[in-house]
Amino acid sequence: MAEVNIKSLHKVFDRTEAVRGIDLSIKDNEFVILVGPSGCGKSTVLRMIAGLEEVTKGEIYIGNNLVNDIPPKDRDIAMVFQSYALYPHMTVFENMSFGLRLRKFTKEDIKKRVEEAAKVLGISELLKRRPRQLSGGQRQRVAMGRAIVRNPKVFLFDEPLSNLDAKMRGQMRIEIKRVHQHLKTTTIYVTHDQVEAMTLADRVVVMKDGKIEQIGTPDEIYNFPKTGFVAGFIGSPAMNFIPSTVKKSNNGLTIHVNDKISFPIDKNKEIDIKSFIGKDVLLGIRPEHINEKNNKQAIKCDIKIDLVEPLGMETMVYFSINGVQLCGRVSPDDNLRDGTIIPLYFSKNSFHIIDPLTDKVL
Amino acid sequence: MKIFSYRNSMNSNRKWALFAAYGCLILFVIFFLFPPYYMLITSLKSNKEIAEITSNPWLIKQGLTLDHYKYLFNETPFLTFFKNTIIVTIAVVVISMVISVLAAYSLSRLKFWGSGVLATGIFLTYLVPDTLLFIPLFKIVGWLGLLNSYWVLVLVYPTLSVPFCTWLMIGYFSSIPKEIDEAALIDGANHMQMLLKVFIPVAMPGLIAATIFAFTVSWAGFLYPLAFIYSESEMVLTVGTVTTLIKGDVFHWGGLMAGALLAAAPPVIVYAFLMDYYIAGLTSGATKG
Repeated sequence: MAEVNIKSLHKVFDRTEAVRGIDLSIKDNEFVILVGPSGCGKSTVLRMIAGLEEVTKGEIYIGNNLVNDIPPKDRDIAMVFQSYALYPHMTVFENMSFGLRLRKFTKEDIKKRVEEAAKVLGISELLKRRPRQLSGGQRQRVAMGRAIVRNPKVFLFDEPLSNLDAKMRGQMRIEIKRVHQHLKTTTIYVTHDQVEAMTLADRVVVMKDGKIEQIGTPDEIYNFPKTGFVAGFIGSPAMNFIPSTVKKSNNGLTIHVNDKISFPIDKNKEIDIKSFIGKDVLLGIRPEHINEKNNKQAIKCDIKIDLVEPLGMETMVYFSINGVQLCGRVSPDDNLRDGTIIPLYFSKNSFHIIDPLTDKVL
Repeated sequence: MKIFSYRNSMNSNRKWALFAAYGCLILFVIFFLFPPYYMLITSLKSNKEIAEITSNPWLIKQGLTLDHYKYLFNETPFLTFFKNTIIVTIAVVVISMVISVLAAYSLSRLKFWGSGVLATGIFLTYLVPDTLLFIPLFKIVGWLGLLNSYWVLVLVYPTLSVPFCTWLMIGYFSSIPKEIDEAALIDGANHMQMLLKVFIPVAMPGLIAATIFAFTVSWAGFLYPLAFIYSESEMVLTVGTVTTLIKGDVFHWGGLMAGALLAAAPPVIVYAFLMDYYIAGLTSGATKG
């Protein structure tokens, strides 16, 4: 069990800068997820923590130790790879015990630890099989088992669920959460799947182009994104962005979308937006905040629906404003048809106003 | 009805494919078993029958005889040749495999300055034919004072086997996913443990293919022993059999065939044994338990 501290971490590969100054402190027992699009440097950060990549600049501490120059085996970490990376010629038992055998644990101790880990993961029946005889989900469990038996200070997961089908991914997600609750080991987990990030993490680190865009709890990241990138990356379907202009009217500031649609801005937000009068902004609003529910905070617009996508528990409606396709999330009871005009309510509490030049949420 | 006829056509297709396959395989087997058969038959014939122009070369009509084998063991240093060949081959296989496995591991996994060029260079040396090398090599081994000793073969055969084996093993090692070494690294393995406990077992089929190659190079080599060795006591099977059983223009056919047959037996046995291992390595755990 340990904290992990990262200070102004840089990584340069043949002149391309993959990681450009990361500062991150991870508390003991915390489950932190690095998320971002491919190529954002999240895996490189993880690999530097593991010791599989050299650090170009900056410092990594595990516990109180500076580990920059310590080889992976002495960092007291365990890693689970996307491709599982099981040893194909060894049985499940041998795979899980390999690290313990190299560290000269006694036979009884190895047996005890492996059996315990296998029990936690529900793979006790598989100990004599070889990786080839296992399904994807089972292999993933073995890979986790191999990490668990050593009882390391930190678990590192590198996109562990990407090779699994959707159903198995859901199951393994729960499994990973359960194992973390059980073992309470500091965990750093890399994924490009924002659902995993939202469901598993204590804190989410959103990365882009080798830098951290935002760090926060899933709730903070979702409800209070700091940049347009984070707002658009987290959430499925993605947030809608409507190009609009800030205008001053008699009742205060409004966000002017087009001649028919404009939204008043709350008084308490006006200060932040004052300097944008007459300027273009992006109005960000999540699909779930465009719906059929009439409440005090919502603004009604009559909108022609282009496409209806019933998903069973909810229905997605697609429409366009100013030539931008938008998405709303309505109740499935409404029996909507393509091409009809319906009233949709935009919850103005959930507006995110983004400066298109700096990508900052105002 | 349609489906039925379709299935019929599938069946007859399959039948023809099987016929063709068996036909080709039988031809192939006859073609390749003909020389050993001829060797066996001739080695068991009397000299008189071998020399008779009218006798049938495919059958033994005038009775079996083991005279040629007796002659081989009693009158020629055949057993010395055999012993020398075994010593040379074991030494060459061990040296080749140790060098090429280590070289292949470092070239495929330890990225160092010039490793790419070195790998290509090793492959290029394999392209130089040994017929071009034996004269310069003669000078070198002469200077080393190793001429006319079978240890010279232990020195020069690896120059043929190591490049190819290394190249083969680089291919096998490179096909092992990088994550496996990373996992082993995190599990606490050093390079030697990684090589011995992960790479070699995983690349066992390649290792066996390379062993077979080194074995063949050493067992069946003819040119180098012919060029470097001239005392009977130091000769190996290939050259020894020929030089002791061809006296001037007299060919001792029966003895030659007996010698060739005995000399060919160990490779067959080794191949058969390793082939089983090879296939076991390829398919272990492939079926659901």
